[in-house]
Amino acid sequence: MTGVPTTRRPTGSFAVRAARTVRRRSVLSGAMIALTYTAAILAMVPLVLILGYLIVKGAGAISLDFFTQMPRPVGEPGGGMANAIVGTLILVGVASAIGLPVGIGAGLYLAEYRTSRLATLVRFLSDVLNGLPSIVMGIFAWQILVRPFGKFSAMAGGVALGAMMIPLVTRTTEEMVRTVPNTLREAALALGYPQWRVSLTIVLRTALAGIVTGALVAVARIAGETAPLLFTALGNNFWSTSLWEPIAALPLQIFTYANTPYDEWRTLAFGGALVLIAIILIISIVARLVTGRRHAGGGD
Amino acid sequence: MTDHAAPGAADERGTGSAPAIEGAAVGDRIYRGAITVFAICIPLLLLLIAIEVGIAAWPALREFGFGFLSSSTWDPVEGNFGAGPAIAGTLITSVIALLIATPLALGAAIFISEFAPAWLRTPVAFVMDLLAAIPSVVYGLWGIFVLVPILRTHIMPFLADTLGLGRFGLFSGPAYGNSVLAAGLILAVMVLPYITAVAREVLLAVPRSQREAALALGATRWEMISGAVLPYAKVGILGGVILGLGRALGETMAVTMVIGNRHDFTTSLFAPGYTMASLIANEFTEATKDIHLSALMAVGFVLFVITLIVNAIARWLVWRVSRGQGA
Amino acid sequence: MLVAETELMPAAEPSRAPAAPAVSIESLNAWFGSVHAVRGVDLAVGHHEVTAIIGPSGCGKSTLLRCINRMHETVPGARVTGSIRLAGRDMYAPGTNAIAVRRHVGMVFQRPTPFPTMSIRENVAAGLKVLKGSDRPSRSETAEIVERALQRAALWDEVKDRLGAPATGLSGGQQQRLCIARALATEPEVLLLDEPTASLDPISTQRVEELVYELRRDMTVVIVTHNMQQAARVSDRTVFMLAGEMVEVAPTRALFMAPGDPRTEAYITGRFG
Repeated sequence: MTGVPTTRRPTGSFAVRAARTVRRRSVLSGAMIALTYTAAILAMVPLVLILGYLIVKGAGAISLDFFTQMPRPVGEPGGGMANAIVGTLILVGVASAIGLPVGIGAGLYLAEYRTSRLATLVRFLSDVLNGLPSIVMGIFAWQILVRPFGKFSAMAGGVALGAMMIPLVTRTTEEMVRTVPNTLREAALALGYPQWRVSLTIVLRTALAGIVTGALVAVARIAGETAPLLFTALGNNFWSTSLWEPIAALPLQIFTYANTPYDEWRTLAFGGALVLIAIILIISIVARLVTGRRHAGGGD
Repeated sequence: MTDHAAPGAADERGTGSAPAIEGAAVGDRIYRGAITVFAICIPLLLLLIAIEVGIAAWPALREFGFGFLSSSTWDPVEGNFGAGPAIAGTLITSVIALLIATPLALGAAIFISEFAPAWLRTPVAFVMDLLAAIPSVVYGLWGIFVLVPILRTHIMPFLADTLGLGRFGLFSGPAYGNSVLAAGLILAVMVLPYITAVAREVLLAVPRSQREAALALGATRWEMISGAVLPYAKVGILGGVILGLGRALGETMAVTMVIGNRHDFTTSLFAPGYTMASLIANEFTEATKDIHLSALMAVGFVLFVITLIVNAIARWLVWRVSRGQGA
Repeated sequence: MLVAETELMPAAEPSRAPAAPAVSIESLNAWFGSVHAVRGVDLAVGHHEVTAIIGPSGCGKSTLLRCINRMHETVPGARVTGSIRLAGRDMYAPGTNAIAVRRHVGMVFQRPTPFPTMSIRENVAAGLKVLKGSDRPSRSETAEIVERALQRAALWDEVKDRLGAPATGLSGGQQQRLCIARALATEPEVLLLDEPTASLDPISTQRVEELVYELRRDMTVVIVTHNMQQAARVSDRTVFMLAGEMVEVAPTRALFMAPGDPRTEAYITGRFG
């Protein structure tokens, strides 16, 4: 009996060709994957290097003196960066007075009028503003607040930093307000709350933790900015808390001391850098915990 | 004429008291007005920056015309200024930064989105966020004391002598350390987290169906990524790269601290140079003549316009992707 | 019959309340953009009664409910025509303020919505905060009102020792009763319930149903439910809606035992829905 016809595999078909090259393709795939692992590790190496270096060089400078003492004249050991720390606090205060109201207000607007033409424009321009070089903010503040008055001032520095804060706070506020479930708004409306009251007392209050966190992150970001302060706050070797005089700031001081040949001052610079990074690290972790938990908790 | 309807009263339902009605409407109007005003501050601010910097830049721009962009003279004494080298330096350092950072960022992003186990994703992303949060001046500090000396004593001699690249103009000249190359390297590190963050989000947004379709056809893991995922994500990734470019163009402090600050059209990566941002940072407080100041403002204006355009393009690309379509 | 006779409420006593309906809906039409969700509904809701609205998904029952306290119009693109009278006054008359309407009508939603940043006490008192000047109760009055509302919502015993605790610490059933207490605190004449037990476990569901049954002594209740047995258990009259139209309204017993319209019968016997 003739048997059942066997199905013959045609040679040269795609399946056969593919089977022949599987080995090669698998090896290639494995190699590329290894490359991506390498890339990821390489990408993280700088952070470790930088942090490690700062800790090694700067830990020695951190002491109570660092936070309470003024810098000593060259050659004298010790001293601290008290004036720079206070200066940064003041600058951050001025910046927040500008950046927070405008940022939160704009964020509320964007969350409310999500798709209107003005909202789309504002959102786009806010991102563009965010990407502007900080030095441009600096010369802008110089032009409007230093040049007309003929003197450098903490106010000018604060304004430059405040302008930089606005897009940061706007974006996080909008995001956080959007996470408030609509059902909460409806519940408040059903109780007879006018729209403005729903937004301010229910929505804002519910999103407050996230908004505050976003504000803190923005503060951390601008606290480390140097370029906008170069010709606005200028820096000050003496103790000053006046808004209308030049004022010291931590990143400015780091920059100045880094460029000097004196070891004591350089150590101070490292110490200052370490303090800056420590603050930023802490705020970043707190921010992740607060907003991360929100996302993990899931929607309603 | 106010009838206060107390809760529980059987009559007088519904309309409530007249002042209550007006109160709510007024409250709504004030609230809406206030947040609109705050929102409008943003475009107004941008406009104000453009105007003010433009006004200050105008005298120099008028005097030197378009030649300002290409001339290499920078003579405060004579009052003759040209921003050519600074613009060139900005572009060169940014390109170097992107050339180095993009492959690394892409690799890291692919790692995070495709291969990393779920528990590893958050820490790695966190590390990237931290990198982005480090202030420029701290990078510069590290640059001065670590990167530049390493360049001077190890890497540059390695490139020039050991690899023999020294014969090419690109790698010629004395190796002081402070150089265009140093600036490019440090910019690469600074820009890396931004590109990674955008690329990571874009890759994670590629639908599973795309991946599964490729695997079902018999593709290897890598082929799935390069053939199905990356093409889908390429517009968004491009947006991320351009975003990184925008950052690199405007970075000031880290660059100032390692680039050497010299006005010259450099043909060698080993030579010191200038970028627009570092030029302004360096000379602004020293400038005494009005025309000098105006020239610096003009450099600032050019920087403003360039970064404005680059950021707008980047945002538009990323926005297009987030609207839902792929490549 | 999907509803057993034993589940039905005892036949309603002759009402001692005034004959005028608490809520009078006339020619009501509602749209979501171009979708005609409620078509020409005329309905009189009895005073101090529980009226249930049943029907398959998408029939417009929730939309109808939300028109009563003018919540429907909070959705962008929504539109309403017709009139709804509360105690004789048309809620949709031009110049009538929606917010004032909502202060006199209470609403409880499908999922419990306690305000997460507020304590139990603050949640219950939330509706009191927006009362105007002289209507707003003092501190001690507020405490009394809160206690009374929580008692009526059958929650007082469980929370009386922790009124200051966050409302989110309560279980789902407790949260929903909290929302009911919150709605009751402003002493509305009409209480609207939109599938209030949809997300609750059977025990909590039972407690809420008992609650609703009791509430009709003091107020008019309208409850939307997709659960026919629930409608049978708690309501005096039942409305059946289909595709935006009101098909039939009758005393609950009558509707379930002897529906007039064949469509009602089809729904009740489970042929669709």
